[in-house]
Amino acid sequence: MRSTRGRWLGLYSWLLLAYLLVPIIGMVFFSFNDVLAGRPQVSFQWNGGTLRWYRELTQIVGLPESFWLSIRLAVASTIVATIVGTLLALALVRYEGKKFRGRRIVDQTLFMNIAAPEIVMGASLLGMFASYHIARGFTTLLISHAVFSLAYVTVTVRARLQGFDRHLEEAAGDLGSTPLTTFRLVTLPMIMPGVLAGAMMAFALSLDDFVVSNFVAGTTLPFPVWVYGATRMGVPPQVFVFGTLIFLLGAAAAIGSLVMSRRGMKRT
Amino acid sequence: MEREVRWYSYRFVSGTRRRERLVSRLAPYLLGLPAIVWLAVFFLIPLALMLVKALQECNPATGVCVMTWHWSSLSDAWTNSSTIIFRSVTYAAIATVIDLVLSFPIAYWIAFYAGRRKNFFLIMLLVPFFVSFVIRTVIWKFLLSSDGLVVHSLQALHLVSSDYQILGTTGAVIAGLAYNFLPFTALPLYVSLERLNPALLEASHDLYAGRITTFRRVVLPLCAPGIFAAFLLTFIPAFGDYVNQQVLGGFGNTMVGTVIQNLFLVNNDFSAGSALSVIVMGISLIGIVIYGRLLGSKSIGDFV
Repeated sequence: MRSTRGRWLGLYSWLLLAYLLVPIIGMVFFSFNDVLAGRPQVSFQWNGGTLRWYRELTQIVGLPESFWLSIRLAVASTIVATIVGTLLALALVRYEGKKFRGRRIVDQTLFMNIAAPEIVMGASLLGMFASYHIARGFTTLLISHAVFSLAYVTVTVRARLQGFDRHLEEAAGDLGSTPLTTFRLVTLPMIMPGVLAGAMMAFALSLDDFVVSNFVAGTTLPFPVWVYGATRMGVPPQVFVFGTLIFLLGAAAAIGSLVMSRRGMKRT
Repeated sequence: MEREVRWYSYRFVSGTRRRERLVSRLAPYLLGLPAIVWLAVFFLIPLALMLVKALQECNPATGVCVMTWHWSSLSDAWTNSSTIIFRSVTYAAIATVIDLVLSFPIAYWIAFYAGRRKNFFLIMLLVPFFVSFVIRTVIWKFLLSSDGLVVHSLQALHLVSSDYQILGTTGAVIAGLAYNFLPFTALPLYVSLERLNPALLEASHDLYAGRITTFRRVVLPLCAPGIFAAFLLTFIPAFGDYVNQQVLGGFGNTMVGTVIQNLFLVNNDFSAGSALSVIVMGISLIGIVIYGRLLGSKSIGDFV
């Protein structure tokens, strides 16, 4: 009886996953769709397969630039958020009570940062940049992306650090290792899976973000903001090609981390 | 253990010891400093400034704001937009409930039946995130349009009339919200179900509880924190979202996010925009504070 229930649940789960994948399959499939006449734009009428949009990938003014901007932005904000967030996670896990005054306020701020609606974060950042006459562009985007990724990195790394055996660090100290060497050779390798998970999350959040970017972008448009603007006039087919490329990049990273964690599990 | 460490540190000469003590006392602040400064300057201060801006009067043409302490701007924003706010809360709540119902079975299945392939299925749940949120929504727009796949198939099966429309309706907006935020619901549910000890289910069965009783009296209470986290992580983003409404919706279903976006980016009315944002933040804070009281703000780390 138990297995019948499992089978029904399994069937349901596969159907739900298929439903989640519908737009993605549509995007990949229709990135090969030809356009018969007029200004090229995506349509879901099948006109025959073509590789034209892959060949003419960089033909649309502004689109390749926005794609590269998104990638650079995601890399930069991930680096900032991962370093800063990991350091905070170390401080939060290692120092409790009187050793770290204000820890609770930091905790609550992190929580609020994760739970706050994106539109409020975007609007408030725009308000601040505008009142101090800070020009909107790459810097403001980087600042904003790092701010919403940071809290996610911190909580991910913290979760990993909580299961950490501190005796290992003490042992390193007893064997004459300096704190920095201990951090580099003992602590960092141990928390690396958490740091990587946090970094991947930060990268995905930045690449995907629209709401905050739309407020602080000015005329420097990241990929999602560019696409959103294009929906009013008709989306050029190259958008699906870039979308497919980002999807493949993300899928490769996910499979890579899956394989790495499998290997890690085998070793221990 | 504490004593051992202390004994070990006495071996240092006193000068080094004092310096080490100072460093270790300052360590948490030094480690946390960059993040704390970043969060204070780019998260807390902007929120405070937003409240200030809501109380100022701004000239949309010049962008110059003067402090007038008119608290009435908040009540004005509320009276002007209360219908839209209620509508947004309703849409977000319906989408969240749909997501809870849809994702509970899959979370349950991954937690108890997927075995060694757990990680694979969890990644499958996250796959939609690899395609930009905006692109996903735009594709749904194409699929749901009058000459799109979904409407065509329904018409071919004679389930709906030939002038049937999905795009532009409230249903389309709610469906879009439910689609886009589903993984935010499924993952916290999975985390809480994963922690559930299967022996408890067997015990309940041994004590002659039926399946429904077991679910109601054992499973649901034990994964209540996960359900609450899922609700919060789905409801708040859905409440503030405007992409789904702008792409999939029409005139009659404007959400509060659209209004805020227009006030800031189209009308350049920072004062009214800030006032409405303060209200949205206030509503979200109610949920955040209740969560913090019940489960503690730290516990969010378990679910994201």
